[in-house]
Amino acid sequence: MIANEAELRALMTAGLNGDAAAHRALLDRLSRHLRAYYKNKLARIGRSADEAEDLVQDALMAIHTRRHTYDPGELFTPWVHAIARYKLIDHLRHTKTSMTDVPIEDAADFEAQDDHAGAESALDLNRLLARLPEKMRRAIRHVKIDGLSVAETAARCGMSESAVKVSVHRGLKAMAAAIARGRTT
Amino acid sequence: MKTDDLINMLSMNVEPVDRGQLRRSLGLAVALGAGGALVAALLTLGVRPDLHEPGALAFLGLKLAFSAGVVLMASLLLTRLARPGGERRTRPVLALLPFAAIVLLAGLSLAYAPSTHWEAMIVGDMWLECLVSIPIIAIVPFAVIVWTVHRFAAPTDLARTGAFAGLAAGGVSAMGYALHCMDDSLPFIALWYGGTIILCTVAGALLGPRLLRW
Repeated sequence: MIANEAELRALMTAGLNGDAAAHRALLDRLSRHLRAYYKNKLARIGRSADEAEDLVQDALMAIHTRRHTYDPGELFTPWVHAIARYKLIDHLRHTKTSMTDVPIEDAADFEAQDDHAGAESALDLNRLLARLPEKMRRAIRHVKIDGLSVAETAARCGMSESAVKVSVHRGLKAMAAAIARGRTT
Repeated sequence: MKTDDLINMLSMNVEPVDRGQLRRSLGLAVALGAGGALVAALLTLGVRPDLHEPGALAFLGLKLAFSAGVVLMASLLLTRLARPGGERRTRPVLALLPFAAIVLLAGLSLAYAPSTHWEAMIVGDMWLECLVSIPIIAIVPFAVIVWTVHRFAAPTDLARTGAFAGLAAGGVSAMGYALHCMDDSLPFIALWYGGTIILCTVAGALLGPRLLRW
């Protein structure tokens, strides 16, 4: 368990410093924990496991777009667990279920679980992208999906590099917000 | 959408993250809110005309010290609450310190005054103006702080975070109002400044869950 915290924290710190491989490994590991966590919680209150993957993706988006709120001086697992739990309670509250059944459990509970089955949500990436303003959509397509560098994208779109970065950042935040809203409607 | 596709997208071309951003943007929001409250108070109410008198200056200093204390505590707690799980690491009781201090001073000043003066000391002349002005001036700072928290932070206890946003906004608003206010008595500050700031806090707690959702 402690090894797990140390490992996840090291991946998070490397990701915050711009290490894409570490960030990918972190999100992959977290997605398994999140899946097990949500399936377990939803099952316990008699809800369908179908909602779990939407929540997993919502939480991953939140973890990614709000990762600057992690204080490297603090433990990592409680941070990620607080996000997972917040998204669950928000989901239950806005889909009209009693939320008295979500106990404040240990963060250790969260670390102990792992699941990698049925990893597809009802969300549609293309539809999410289509709702973004043109500039953000192109920036995200080039940089985050086709894997072009920021410099190449800037040249191709006739934007400055910092404008590309801002567009990617804002676009992802807008997508995170759309996912959070879409989950509850 | 497959979760693996989402992870691929999120981990493509990752930029280093600016870790000071949260603290900086919250600090800037409170500072901007304070600036806005000062300007609003100066434009609509104006500075009290008797500032050259030492007594008036002393009371202005006292009012500012109390409100600034509230703002300082509220900002510190808000910075904690702005991070996921922050509510488990905060002691909201700290925010009561400035209130405890002013209530103590008010009690002492009442104890040393003849009871015939009590009513005038507590009610003052402009209690209604104070009661109305502080919450109204607090609206703009509250909006700035809430917008900033919603955009840059990730609070997981929205009611409490809203409450401290309201507390900070009430505090900067009281700083602005203090420039105008001519009611110079400690019980007045404790009751009307303290009371209206608490009102802002309650309003923030009620609005938080609606405004801060992310």
